[in-house]
Amino acid sequence: MSEALVIIGNGMAAARLVDELGKRALGRYAIAVIGDEPRLAYNRVLLSSVLAGEATSQDIELKSGAWWRDHGVTVRYGCAATAVDTVAREVTLADGKRVGYSRLVFATGSNALRLNIPGAELPGVHTFRDSHDVDQLIELANSRKRVAVIGGGLLGLEAAYGIAKAGATVTLIHLMDRLMERQLDAPAAALLKQLVERKGVRVELNASTARIFGDDRVEGIELADGRVLQADAVVFAAGIRPNAALAKDAGIPVNRGIVVDDRLETQFPNIYALGECAEHRGSCYGLVEPAYEQAAILAEHLAGRTAGYGGSVVATNLKVSGVGVFSAGDFLATNDSEVVVLNDPRRGVYRKLVLADGALTGAVLVGDTREALWYLELIRNRTPVATMRGDLMFGRSMAEMKAA
Amino acid sequence: MTAIDTSLKTTKTTCPYCGVGCGVLATPDAEGGAAISGDPDHPANFGKLCSKGSALGETLSLDDRLLHPLIRCSTGKLEQVAWTDALDHVANRLQHIIAKHGPHSVAFYLSGQLLTEDYYVANKLMKGFIGTANVDTNSRLCMASSVAGHRRAFGADTVPGCYDDLDHADLLVLVGSNAAWCHPVLFQRMLSNKLERGARIVVIDPRQTSTSDDADLFLGLKPGTDTALFSGLLAHLADTGTLDRDYIAANTNGFDEALAQARRIAGGTAATALATGLSEADVSAFFAMFQNTKRVVTLYSQGVNQSAQGTDKVNAIINCHLATGRIGKPGASPFSLTGQPNAMGGREVGGLANQLAAHMNFNPPDIDRVRRFWNAPHMATHEGLKAVQMFEAIDRGEIKALWVMGTNPAVSLPNADYVRTALRGLDLLVISENVLSNDTVNVGAHALLPALAWGEKSGTVTNSERRISRQRAFIPAPGEARPDWWIVSEVAKRLGYEKAFHYRSAADIFREHAALSAFENEGKRDFDIGALDRIPDDAFDIMPPVMWPMRKSHDHEQQRFFENGGFFTCDRKANFIAVDMPSLRTTVSQSRPLRLNTGRIRDQWHTMTRTGKSQRLGQHIPEPFAEIHPADAAVAGVSDGGFARISTEYGACVLRVAITDRQQRGMLFAPIHWSQENASSARVGALVAPLIDPFSGQPENKATPVAISAVTYAQHGFLLTRDPVALPPDAWWARVAIGGGFGYLLAANADVATWKTWVAAHGSDLAEYEDSTAGVYRAAAYKEGRLETCLFVGPSAVAFDWQAVRELFANEHLDDDQCSILLSGKSANGMANAGPTVCACFGVGRNTICDAISGGARTAAEIGGKLKAGTNCGSCIPELKRLIAQTPVSEQRPLESAAS
Repeated sequence: MSEALVIIGNGMAAARLVDELGKRALGRYAIAVIGDEPRLAYNRVLLSSVLAGEATSQDIELKSGAWWRDHGVTVRYGCAATAVDTVAREVTLADGKRVGYSRLVFATGSNALRLNIPGAELPGVHTFRDSHDVDQLIELANSRKRVAVIGGGLLGLEAAYGIAKAGATVTLIHLMDRLMERQLDAPAAALLKQLVERKGVRVELNASTARIFGDDRVEGIELADGRVLQADAVVFAAGIRPNAALAKDAGIPVNRGIVVDDRLETQFPNIYALGECAEHRGSCYGLVEPAYEQAAILAEHLAGRTAGYGGSVVATNLKVSGVGVFSAGDFLATNDSEVVVLNDPRRGVYRKLVLADGALTGAVLVGDTREALWYLELIRNRTPVATMRGDLMFGRSMAEMKAA
Repeated sequence: MTAIDTSLKTTKTTCPYCGVGCGVLATPDAEGGAAISGDPDHPANFGKLCSKGSALGETLSLDDRLLHPLIRCSTGKLEQVAWTDALDHVANRLQHIIAKHGPHSVAFYLSGQLLTEDYYVANKLMKGFIGTANVDTNSRLCMASSVAGHRRAFGADTVPGCYDDLDHADLLVLVGSNAAWCHPVLFQRMLSNKLERGARIVVIDPRQTSTSDDADLFLGLKPGTDTALFSGLLAHLADTGTLDRDYIAANTNGFDEALAQARRIAGGTAATALATGLSEADVSAFFAMFQNTKRVVTLYSQGVNQSAQGTDKVNAIINCHLATGRIGKPGASPFSLTGQPNAMGGREVGGLANQLAAHMNFNPPDIDRVRRFWNAPHMATHEGLKAVQMFEAIDRGEIKALWVMGTNPAVSLPNADYVRTALRGLDLLVISENVLSNDTVNVGAHALLPALAWGEKSGTVTNSERRISRQRAFIPAPGEARPDWWIVSEVAKRLGYEKAFHYRSAADIFREHAALSAFENEGKRDFDIGALDRIPDDAFDIMPPVMWPMRKSHDHEQQRFFENGGFFTCDRKANFIAVDMPSLRTTVSQSRPLRLNTGRIRDQWHTMTRTGKSQRLGQHIPEPFAEIHPADAAVAGVSDGGFARISTEYGACVLRVAITDRQQRGMLFAPIHWSQENASSARVGALVAPLIDPFSGQPENKATPVAISAVTYAQHGFLLTRDPVALPPDAWWARVAIGGGFGYLLAANADVATWKTWVAAHGSDLAEYEDSTAGVYRAAAYKEGRLETCLFVGPSAVAFDWQAVRELFANEHLDDDQCSILLSGKSANGMANAGPTVCACFGVGRNTICDAISGGARTAAEIGGKLKAGTNCGSCIPELKRLIAQTPVSEQRPLESAAS
């Protein structure tokens, strides 16, 4: 008889964990996946593509129903887990049913953050987090509404680009003096702003939203400096929060996220967490790549082998509003580091490499991200790069051609 | 380009570079250029061309050409005027100055680049009508010592031998000649003789050159000691019974005095070795070779001529040939290799201050003869001022008006900075030119007259073996440019000499020139082409290369002179010359411990106003340099590839240092080609002492005492531009033509910020690369998508290769991949081009994916299986699906990228 493994959450982390486990220990576990979204797991990263009309909702499904069946998984989608009893080893579902487990994995992801400002509850205020949000935003865009997107990070840019591409007039409102300040330095952010504006998104920086106004639905927003923007809808895309409530209610230790060790195990034996809901060594990751790294480690562990997760070197490597953006490591360049910059605004290309002690320690790329993974590898391995310093900027084949 | 214009036919003409005078076939390409090849029928080259000649087609562009007459107006600016106004202005000013200060207050400074007809008219106007012999030429810097030596020995400026001798000699002695670089086609002919007939080659030169590489014996003598070597040789020939006693007795004077003097200078092998710094073994070997080889040609060039004792050097050489009767015989002769394409033609018309016309001199019968022939109202009655003295007279204010034609004296004369300053004091400076800008023009000419250039002008030139060849036009005259002879004649007419200068064509002038050569000649003068004095226009047009003399009685080609005597002295006997004890005019000192030798490089000509336009020629040696012996370099503290300040009593330059043991100790070598136009600090002429030979007036360009000290630049690099630009004032630079524009090699002590500011001021749409810690900065400026400027600077320790960048720059419009690689300074050759990234997670490019698709991967999953693309975040899967839809299995790439 197979051991019962219950995964709460039906997102990318869950799908990857099942995939990885299938490669290592197919049949060892009877797996149940419980998710509140009413569909099979899909690629959340691609929601902006769906919004932009570049992909259909169907396109972004990660795995087919047959695949799940073939992997021996019971998928209970559209069915939220409401409680966990760690003593009885049972998960209670919204319909009152209980599912017993031998091992439990939290893959509950995160929620969109709603700003605590007046008017935040008005009709016409949206978030950009799931398939349902996207359906609503497409409807908005189709009716050519004016949309204000709050948040100039990755999420906000994706939302703004998608909505604009779908036909709406979009203003992106960002609190800081540059876009994606957690991933980009000032020149990169300036270039990104220029490229995003070229795609039809108006960008307001240093813009703190004071309130959303409107009688019975959204009519506009007012900024702290007094400026007023008319808008038919507002999208909050100012951040995410790990979805750890269920674990917390079950008495599992939680800080920002569910606290896990290097085996991705919570302080309760046989209960694990991965992905955006998890907090490892004080870090909660909001990107898919750490979740996938964690999935591989956890699968290894669940397969009875020894594996440890040492954390991820955070790298952003995405198309933001259709523009390639990569950022990794010490991209702002701390005191003792040296900086090499290539700036080609005409071609929409910016590259900054940060070096310290003869190794690459950080990088920002905008526009052309072809070499991103090579830089990431150099950063992660602390490869000595002094001898190829002059060619480093121009990519792996250039730098390695010299040695050949 | 549409179909080829069939009327673009091939024209036979003559190369405008050195004195070999190669025949060229030019076929215009309807775009202003021409295809160039050697003329297989021309007896100077039989179809061969050197690197410079081969690149002639690249030098025909009208960029920088002077195309309209310009007059400096009262505001000080040059203004375009009609030809009639320009000519009136020049004539009026000349007339005024002559009236006020006399005929000797005006001077012409001509060029070995002029055609014989141009030369003839200028010389006639000055010596017969204005009434002064202040007509000199840049040939003064080139072969005046040979002229003087010939005249002293032979009674006339006669080259006794011909190129045929190079094929028949058994010993070829090259003295002060880097023929491999300066007369390449002839040198190849000598090498063929060596290979096919076993002729031996001796090279006598203070430095090892490409010529000495092929020598059987190299004699690296001390500078200025050639006379000692050939005096020793004369004594040796006497001591070994090698003299041709009969020839000496029948055809010469002064042998005993000359031999006695030779013995005083170097009376034996040991004395010769001591005087020249050579080993006794080498001296003996040379003496024995000369002694035992009847067929010997001694060829000499600037190393002999450009000396304050150049005439004596020439005569020391000629003495040895006269003493052995080895003159004017097949394979045996002294042979002056002329530098310029028409120095010989200039000599023939008398375009030098110490000649009258048609190889006649300033003696009363000749003066009277020419007066009668020209019907001249104001004959010059004595020699005029030779080049160096002419510019000294300008500086003293004695010469008020100067007309320069086709030469760049502010670069090429000794003490060139002084010359430049002197020119500024003229009341009237007229320049007939091809180019809008050169160091002489930029002194502040009062009138700039656009002259035809090579390929446009038509007339004759004479090469080193007395062969007259046609230069023919094969492209139309551009703008308002006119033949030099026309310009001079028009001014002459306005001076009141309508009748004497009523020429309709170059052929008109040539016939008059030929008639003068034969006028009352009767075999008394060597130069006689009377057979051509009635040549019809159409025959002149198709005239094949002919060798003079061509007397009226001409029935066969006379290739040589003097085999049986018949010299042009009063008693028809040659003169042995008792030459002076050799000594350089200057001494080195602690402060200037070395001597500066100057010369040429293989692929440039003179001050580069023509060769500088060729990108091919700019590649061989793109920047000015100084060669130095390793031991001297160590003492001076200069390093190979570094920079040094080279200074003399007269001026200073900063040059790249090349350390080589091919240079002898105590000597530096620097090429003469660079000017203010194409380098920041390489006017080598400004370093040269204006000390001249007492007979020829030729300056000593190869032995100026000099100091050298290291100059360090923190940065070096290069700049590519579409048009010439002004660089930051303290930067060292040298400019060459490259594909699509100009390349500057740079060195500087400016900081990166200075360069950033400079680039920002010279272009918008910048792409910049900066490694501030390493001090590296690179930038490219674009204008409407066209690459305009490209700058690379960095610390001297970083090696820059500009080749890859130059190749991209030649394109003007770069595709995205080329733009992305441009600032790397590297070539994309050999690098796989993955194309724009599709899968960011695994860094998989579009081209790689398309290749996989065409290789059979027809689903996203199959692509993922092959390349991992789309298997991580999956965000590229929609694009993968699009690529699958777009890419036919049979084709490699989607159409849009396949087309690029």
